[in-house]
Amino acid sequence: MNSRDQSIGKVSSPTRTMENPHLCRKERGKDGAPDSGSVELRSTGQPGAAVPTKMFSETALEPERYELAAAAPYRFDLDRREFFKFLGAGIVVVSVLKPAVVAQESGGGRRRGESLPKEIDAWLHIGEERKVTVYTGKVEMGQNIRTSLTQAVAEELHVPMDRIELVMGDTQLTPFDMGTFGSRTTPTMNLQLRKVAAAARDTLIGLAAKQWKVDAGHLVAEDGKVRDPQTKKSVEYAALTKGQQLAQTLPAEDPLIPATNWKVAGQSAGKVNGREFVTGKHRYPSDQKLPETLHGKVLRPPAFGANLVSVDTSKAQQMGATIVHDGNFVGAAARSLDLAAAAVEAIHAEWKSEPQPSSKELFDYLRKNTTEGTDPTGDGDRYETGKVDPALASADHKLQQTYTVSYIAHVPLEPRAALAKWDGDKLTVWTGTQRPFGVRGQLAEAFRIPEDQVRVLMPDTGSAYGGKHTGETAIEAARLARAAKHPVKVVWTREEEFTWAYFRPAGVIDVTSGVRGDGTITAWEFHNFNSGSAGIKTYYDIANQRIQFHPTKSPLRQGSYRALAATANHFARESHMDEVAHAVKMDSLEFRLKNLKDERLRAAFQAAAKQFGWGKSKSAPGQGLGMGGGYEKLGYVATFAEVNVDRKSGEVKVVRVVSAFDCGAVVNPDGLRNQIEGANVQGLGGALFEAIQFENGKILNGRMSEYRVPRFSDVPVLETVLVDRKDQASVGAGECPMVGLAPAIANAIFDATGVRLRSLPLVPDGLKAS
Amino acid sequence: MSSLHLTINGHSYAVEADPQVSLLTVLRESLDLTGSKYGCGEGQCGACTVLVDGKAQRSCIAKAGSVVGKEITTIEGLARGEELHPVQAAFLEAGALQCGYCTSGMIMSAAALLKRNPAPTQGEIVDFMDGNVCRCGTYPRIVTAIQKAAKKMAGTAPAKGAGR
Repeated sequence: MNSRDQSIGKVSSPTRTMENPHLCRKERGKDGAPDSGSVELRSTGQPGAAVPTKMFSETALEPERYELAAAAPYRFDLDRREFFKFLGAGIVVVSVLKPAVVAQESGGGRRRGESLPKEIDAWLHIGEERKVTVYTGKVEMGQNIRTSLTQAVAEELHVPMDRIELVMGDTQLTPFDMGTFGSRTTPTMNLQLRKVAAAARDTLIGLAAKQWKVDAGHLVAEDGKVRDPQTKKSVEYAALTKGQQLAQTLPAEDPLIPATNWKVAGQSAGKVNGREFVTGKHRYPSDQKLPETLHGKVLRPPAFGANLVSVDTSKAQQMGATIVHDGNFVGAAARSLDLAAAAVEAIHAEWKSEPQPSSKELFDYLRKNTTEGTDPTGDGDRYETGKVDPALASADHKLQQTYTVSYIAHVPLEPRAALAKWDGDKLTVWTGTQRPFGVRGQLAEAFRIPEDQVRVLMPDTGSAYGGKHTGETAIEAARLARAAKHPVKVVWTREEEFTWAYFRPAGVIDVTSGVRGDGTITAWEFHNFNSGSAGIKTYYDIANQRIQFHPTKSPLRQGSYRALAATANHFARESHMDEVAHAVKMDSLEFRLKNLKDERLRAAFQAAAKQFGWGKSKSAPGQGLGMGGGYEKLGYVATFAEVNVDRKSGEVKVVRVVSAFDCGAVVNPDGLRNQIEGANVQGLGGALFEAIQFENGKILNGRMSEYRVPRFSDVPVLETVLVDRKDQASVGAGECPMVGLAPAIANAIFDATGVRLRSLPLVPDGLKAS
Repeated sequence: MSSLHLTINGHSYAVEADPQVSLLTVLRESLDLTGSKYGCGEGQCGACTVLVDGKAQRSCIAKAGSVVGKEITTIEGLARGEELHPVQAAFLEAGALQCGYCTSGMIMSAAALLKRNPAPTQGEIVDFMDGNVCRCGTYPRIVTAIQKAAKKMAGTAPAKGAGR
């Protein structure tokens, strides 16, 4: 897979910024493993099956250092037939990776005891009960892949959606998966499951042909049956196996149904298990319960990085709770949450911490604390073409500006939660995470037990947005459960979630550009300090470029956030584009199109402009119009915003947002609209007012009442244009639609007022104070 | 610790609990009614919303002792058997959820709104619902769902029973 080749040596240590505060040591020896960020992107199936290879070699997903990931470089020798025994009769179709790919990823290490062979990345079973069960390591957290993946299987297998069940993110039952992030489910798993379903369908047709002694080419599959149109005979899939179990790997060539002929995929489908959610029946990780479950509570340090100097648990010991003190970890488990909390309260602890930077000096700090030269995985991403310095020197106009973004919090409405249970030395944990297999590894490491003694299950969770890659609560619950000899549930409070999770990285971005009088950009220099390298490259056609990511020390624990650094990089780039357009007195759209060759991105800008009515004159004082757009995670987006600025009060209201989005062939139009709308609503917060305030190792606004998130009254009119490219591969939509919003709003504020804002959030206190 | 008599979804419960403990804790921990969610613990996000005598209340800041003798309805008690409440049905119809964690609180708030104001304007919906947070950003769909439910309910005689 092409993106892999590109990523080698560029993916930095995923754990560098993400040490677990308590028990989990750094994941050793994995930093330099090949492909630590993009395992699931490899071309799969047998040699020659690879529609995606070419597709992705042209448009590779970039790796991202802040997308937490850990390689699982093992290869297991378990007999596949042995494993599938438990399923009973029916048809099993597995998709197997190329042996060469597996060997490369395995790094030579072999260990026994894994539940599924490592080289399998997806599989399905059609049982005699007519039920289709699909197994994938991907997880559901609101992006509605449970629905879109079901559509994909229904399409190829010709089975009604309600007969298909997905088992997701259970480390014992589902194939290994790196994690659910990076908008990768649709371009990879969706395609994989379509292939598996198509193979199953063709196997079934073959069985019927054999049974009826006819040519398979005459037979059709529909509605869970194979039918012979000539004789009108039909047979249920389930009846074809006759008590046998047929295991089959993905054949070399199995053409998929082209998007233009889709009947189930390509249509809007509601959340498959939606009824469970509107009735309150669905059990999220924080709703899990076992008999005799205790509640756990952990003693938190008063500041980041604080070390425990002394602890006195004698009073707490008298309260009827189990108290654990193990290194820096101090916690309690009790029959009620109140009792656990009271016990922790009664613990007297002294901590020692070093002075730490505060949000006031954040951007200075980042600029002065680059870690270049100390990063064993390389000094960040660096791209250079042409000769930037002479091009800048000879430019008609030169512009240099600095843009900044603050730390922001994910605020998943369901905080981190885990329920842990020990059976002897076997551990089972239900937890909300985007990386069940990664959390399994963390648990195995924390408790020094083999991974095959740990099972992690991920019930569909209450959102994540990149914020649930890690396993803190899982480790905490498991540690307390081991001491209490009961199952223990730990659910973080909102304050804990705000403080002890991780943040979207803050960053400083310097942009210098040179442009000819006719509006041709001739030079582009772009330096990003800390926020990350996703979306750092420009899609504008500029002959001379120097683009670099500079890793720095981070005052706060930071990690992935929906769209990663693409939000920051697009904010800087697309704001700067407007500034240059203004300098050369060109229309913003015209200026972009003049410097942009990519047809799909041009089309997105043009589609959004048309819907928005770009070019019409403004209708009211205080009204401002602006745009931003770009290319990210294989998708193309253009976002146009209309703002209204009340110069007296300083209030900035985003009144209308139009997005045009191209993510290839659309799988679920309404689900896609939902994602795009959601990205814009969530993006409003980071664009306008969200920012984490901190001082000397403490978060100052770590409560819902102190950290403003978008609400009903903040939401503009949202209009979405789907650019449905049935000739292109389907790709993800969770992230890309977010990246154009912040610059569109900043540009619209400039249009309304002549005030150029270069820091996110743009107007935390209204325009006057900013 | 004392025995609190609570009426929830039409059933009477005697719960051994401190009257100072939150209603949400009693619902989730003592009664395993986990449809009401914890989101912030300070009445700021609405994920824990239940109906108390037909009015929306944040159960994370309502003390269990304060709702004794009152009619409490949670998301689990909103549907009538297999028949969804019109607001529940409208949420599915409008695709007004992503992760669904806020959904129970949203639906309970919306049900309270429609009880008080059967035909709210968009502005009234936004005002009333502004205390409920959806981090996935499905707000416009929730507004649509509430409008759909209002229409549907206007077309049928007001139903009796818990939460209606």
